[in-house]
Amino acid sequence: MITINDIMETNRMITENKLDVRTITMGISLRDCAHPNIDQFCRNIYDKITKSGEFLVKTGKDIESEYGIPIINKRVSVTPIAIAAEACKTDTYVPIAEAMDKAAHEIGIDFIGGFSALVEKGYTNGDRILIKSIPQALATTDIVCSSVNLGSTKAGINMDCVREMGEVIKRAAELTRDREAIGCAKLVVFSNAPGDNPFMAGAFHGVSEAEKVVSVGVSGPGVVKHALEGMKGADFSEVAETIKKTAFKITRVGQLVAKEASKRLGVPFGIIDLSLAPTPAVGDSVAHILEEMGVESCGAPGTTAALALLNDAVKKGGLMASSHVGGLSGAFIPVSEDAGMINAIEAGSLCIEKLEAMTCVCSVGLDMIAVEGDVSASTISAIIADEAAIGMINNKTTAVRIIPVPGKKVGDVANFGGLLGRCPIVPIRNQFSSDAFIARGGRIPAPIRSLTN
Amino acid sequence: MKLVVTIVGKDRVGIIAMVSNILAEKKVNILNINQNIMDGFFNMVMIVEMTDDKVKLQDLQKTLKEKGTEINLDIKVQHQDIFNVMHNV
Repeated sequence: MITINDIMETNRMITENKLDVRTITMGISLRDCAHPNIDQFCRNIYDKITKSGEFLVKTGKDIESEYGIPIINKRVSVTPIAIAAEACKTDTYVPIAEAMDKAAHEIGIDFIGGFSALVEKGYTNGDRILIKSIPQALATTDIVCSSVNLGSTKAGINMDCVREMGEVIKRAAELTRDREAIGCAKLVVFSNAPGDNPFMAGAFHGVSEAEKVVSVGVSGPGVVKHALEGMKGADFSEVAETIKKTAFKITRVGQLVAKEASKRLGVPFGIIDLSLAPTPAVGDSVAHILEEMGVESCGAPGTTAALALLNDAVKKGGLMASSHVGGLSGAFIPVSEDAGMINAIEAGSLCIEKLEAMTCVCSVGLDMIAVEGDVSASTISAIIADEAAIGMINNKTTAVRIIPVPGKKVGDVANFGGLLGRCPIVPIRNQFSSDAFIARGGRIPAPIRSLTN
Repeated sequence: MKLVVTIVGKDRVGIIAMVSNILAEKKVNILNINQNIMDGFFNMVMIVEMTDDKVKLQDLQKTLKEKGTEINLDIKVQHQDIFNVMHNV
């Protein structure tokens, strides 16, 4: 039996603490769309995406209104295009990205992900064409997201691709320089990318997934922060318990939404992603949770430990609330999308080096970080290599979504708008060169911990 | 379908009458009412059940929202399951 207090608590979480479901993401396999003629392939994927996702937005809105829980985004992820389009006789996949964009606009979703390649061990011809197409594809489309997985615990790191992605990111920034280099905000480089992640920019429909699935990403940093506000001076056992209980409640809502969406769309339920995803709105910040735990400003000594506790407690609380947990499932620390992170950068307490340390204990990586436009491609590649190494050795997902904004310097701010927020230009304090390191190429061998058989 | 109706706003004469009239018109049965006044603010939670398949939840939500706004009340209608899943294991 629910009590009046339960009802009031739930509604307060929604109205005051900004509890929401961040996304319902429908994964769609495009493996049956292959065709040597790229025009026919584009028609095939357009038809499949628009037919499969026709009722996604309406279903999301219906559930939102019936349960009174905001569902912020409706998204689609597709089979990595480097795989689906490999049979096309072409030297560019840009028209495919345009077909994805058109299909996504047609069904009214917020983002479509899967302009992706998985190259941790090496390139196929399709992978090469896709990666070359990324800058132009991101410049000519609105809501297509792209990702490249270039490292894993099992395969090591493809350092040729690390080098190439530094250049791809610079090129993507250049082609969208009139829009704060927004192309780079839609591009993420992974190590150990999961195939069932509902969050952008890294969502794609993994090759081992079913024909179609519905997955849900929850949110709710504001709810966790509010719960901790009543815990001033409590020890960490109590803090962890409180976060677990809160994460359980948040995730149960996600599970309910996922189950309903799956039933109404006639598409199997995939996973719940337990990530705490912040938004730029005040009161929806992961950094503020860490500060509530007692660090004066995010980035101060103690921040990594606080984040480790938060990340672990969210998983423990969320696990029991859902029948299938997957995706990234951890606290996100995207700088531009988190009001507390932005403040911490501006206050000088948070830097890219501390963020790198934080990525060792949380999901996902160096995310939505704007840097000066003249940072070299090899420095960006070297930052990617460092993150990929953290993921590879620690058997976890890490990612880099870095935006070298042309013409901007430290002290300037890049405004991306909407959920992507705004980011003060983050200094890269270490000005020494990584050119010779990145020029080597080849593969970093898989670590000893990959030999588990 | 069981629903939770929450009504919050400044107290005045006729709130319960207004809400229950609308519910009766839409053939919605009231199962439980919990109401109090705190600092002049009216708080009410009702558990209700829709009995007529022809009545759409969206219409009920819209009618109550509009009538509520006219007299400065915030009226929400939500499916009961969101509270059940959150607070029961």
